[in-house]
Amino acid sequence: MSEPFLLLALLVALGWPLGRYLAAVMRAEPMRGDRFFGWLERPLYAALGTRPETGMGWRAYAAAFLASNLLLGTVVWIIFMTQAWLPLNPDAIPNMRWDLALHTMVSFLTNTNQQHYSGQAQLSYLAQMTGVVGLQVVTPVMGLALAAATLRGLCGGRQAPGRPPGGVPADAHADVGNYWADVIRATLRFVLPLCLAWSALLTWQGVPATLAGGPLATPIDAAATLKEQKIPLGPVAPLVAIKQLGSNGGGWYGPNSAVPLENPTPLSDFLEVLAIGLIPVSIVFMIGPFTGRRRFGAMVFGTMLLMSVISTGLALWSEGHSASAADLALMEGKEVRLGTDASALWAALTTQVNNGSVNAMLDSTAPLTGLVAMVNMLINAIWGGVGCGLQQFIVYLLLAVFLAGLMTGRTPELFGRKIEGPEVKLLAVLILLQPLVILGFTAAALAIPGLAGTSSPGFHGLSQVFYEYVSAFANNGSGFEGLGDGTVWWNLSCTVALIAGRYPALVIPLAIAARLAAKRRAPEGPGTLAIETPTFALTLIGIVIILTLLQFMPVLVLGPVADHLALGSLIAR
Amino acid sequence: MTSSYRPPSGAAPRAREIWRGALGLTVLTLAGFGALYALAGVGIGQLLFPAAANGSLIERDGVVIGSALVAQPFVGDAYFQPRPSAAGFDPLALAGSNQARTHPDLRARLQETRDAIARREGVPAASVPADLATQSGSGIDPHISPQAAAIQVARVARARGLARDVVERLVASHTEAAQFGWLGQPRVHVLNLNRALDALPPARPPVFAQGGAA
Repeated sequence: MSEPFLLLALLVALGWPLGRYLAAVMRAEPMRGDRFFGWLERPLYAALGTRPETGMGWRAYAAAFLASNLLLGTVVWIIFMTQAWLPLNPDAIPNMRWDLALHTMVSFLTNTNQQHYSGQAQLSYLAQMTGVVGLQVVTPVMGLALAAATLRGLCGGRQAPGRPPGGVPADAHADVGNYWADVIRATLRFVLPLCLAWSALLTWQGVPATLAGGPLATPIDAAATLKEQKIPLGPVAPLVAIKQLGSNGGGWYGPNSAVPLENPTPLSDFLEVLAIGLIPVSIVFMIGPFTGRRRFGAMVFGTMLLMSVISTGLALWSEGHSASAADLALMEGKEVRLGTDASALWAALTTQVNNGSVNAMLDSTAPLTGLVAMVNMLINAIWGGVGCGLQQFIVYLLLAVFLAGLMTGRTPELFGRKIEGPEVKLLAVLILLQPLVILGFTAAALAIPGLAGTSSPGFHGLSQVFYEYVSAFANNGSGFEGLGDGTVWWNLSCTVALIAGRYPALVIPLAIAARLAAKRRAPEGPGTLAIETPTFALTLIGIVIILTLLQFMPVLVLGPVADHLALGSLIAR
Repeated sequence: MTSSYRPPSGAAPRAREIWRGALGLTVLTLAGFGALYALAGVGIGQLLFPAAANGSLIERDGVVIGSALVAQPFVGDAYFQPRPSAAGFDPLALAGSNQARTHPDLRARLQETRDAIARREGVPAASVPADLATQSGSGIDPHISPQAAAIQVARVARARGLARDVVERLVASHTEAAQFGWLGQPRVHVLNLNRALDALPPARPPVFAQGGAA
């Protein structure tokens, strides 16, 4: 049981320096690697036709983000549908059907990695290396870029070097940064070096890294029915590295990191779970040095840490230390080398940071562990995914400032700028979109006969359907995989949920921040609501919990809670 | 830097500039962040850890007989048996059962598997460990728990005509503790254990059909 504590200690010990480094990268401060990285970056900026010091207003920034997503997505969709005719396909894998290819593309484009296919049998090496890995690298960085731009906006916009600080004139658009430079700098200087290190560490532990096709093995016991065994290989290690570091989760093999080829040893499991939390935690440590508001960074860290510890503790208890741990089914869907605690820790952390990888089959875990995973994804800001977690946290923050301001009778303002009607309306759109999409689709899938494709009777069937949409909307990507989700309905409805969960949640906070930046700044005085305090942090957590329960309590009771009560009577018998 | 700084204009962004950037980033993502990065990862792996990078394959007389990371089916009484597989040990069909704890089929299957194991090993059903009765997440879990190995020792020793303590010693030498004492669980690698059994010199004249494949 010492693993969770060591994990937390290492996340803080590594996340703190990495966060400071990331802040320097995103602020374009002079640093030691400038000569090397500058040599790499200059031709790229020239090819993209941009100059990194050129500022963008929020509209241009968002337009660049959306346009690059649209183009990238279209090309990857085409690659998936034509992979049989393209090179690097040693195992002769056929083209993907249009709807499955569309869902797969959108799922990777939205940093979700929900998989309705099995990678080792349905994607060629080329499709995995370009489409899957390329999107796994760039989409978390896009999220990070949007979060950095939002922070710049909240603090009044990027200042020209050498100019005295002080807000922008009311008629100009606040400079929220240069999208292309943000993406390229963060990828080359931060994400890819980490990925190469993790790829090497994982290969050391046994994860394959090859371009050769997998061999046919002849099993030893001739009496068994299996006469030959294809060992599927490929450039697995680099994919697994970015899958974990970039809050992605889409594995090379169908059952993800439960497969020994993706996760060979307990040490590789620990390295992967460390990678899962590393960048989201680093981003929280980035806030202080990036914005110059260290107390604000500390408040965000404290809030997220408290929610994380509670949720992880609940998952560990439910899976391995509650009454249901005595069940003979305890090891169903789990691996012997990892065991119950490592599986529960993984389930908790991955759903906190929006990473869809699994090292045990969630469908077969204790119902309350599934409940913890669902609530983590509904909140989606306990660390949260790379960039998008911070965006979601900012939504809760603005809401909490607004509500706390109303309760104490003070003008709701953040960093000296007033939150008014238009901003709150934009927030309300975001808050309402979640139950509309998730509950709407869940109800439709269950009400129309033949759509749901659940493999479980009773309460657990509801959990399967609900989980799939929660995971899609949260851009998590894990699933209760007993669900028959390879159909046109599931592919298309999840595609809608994926898009609705990604783009508004990234762009609307940026728009709000830019609106705030354009307002006149009032000096922060004794009458200002102090948000950098434990009291405010607890208020924020309270609002997050009340909001989630108000929206989703009924379905949570009918799904996992009822499932848990039913299981209790089964074990007793 | 200061002189080249240009503040953003309030005007709408120019579409041509944005699509040019988008096209550049698309190419850079697929070729650079995707393919080149993956190739670099493969190169580093092949250079530093070639055996692991190529799938931890196990060869006998130049023939690949399996991978240390993929479980094989064993049905003969002379072999230790792995955990049941929902995928029939086929690595192209990898899967767990994905059955819920409350699924009636799962409850029935667990009972049935546990009773079958108890009969085969001649032990009470209550002493069958959970990992041996359940299907793993991957369908190719190469390990079983030390308890799951222990209840199989008597049968394997009988089938091979070996003394029980010889098999017990072999199991003990193939039992890995939790890594560094605190990571994961103690475990026995079934394929390696069975290979070691096959490599033993026959202890008695091989009256049993399978006695000592060497």
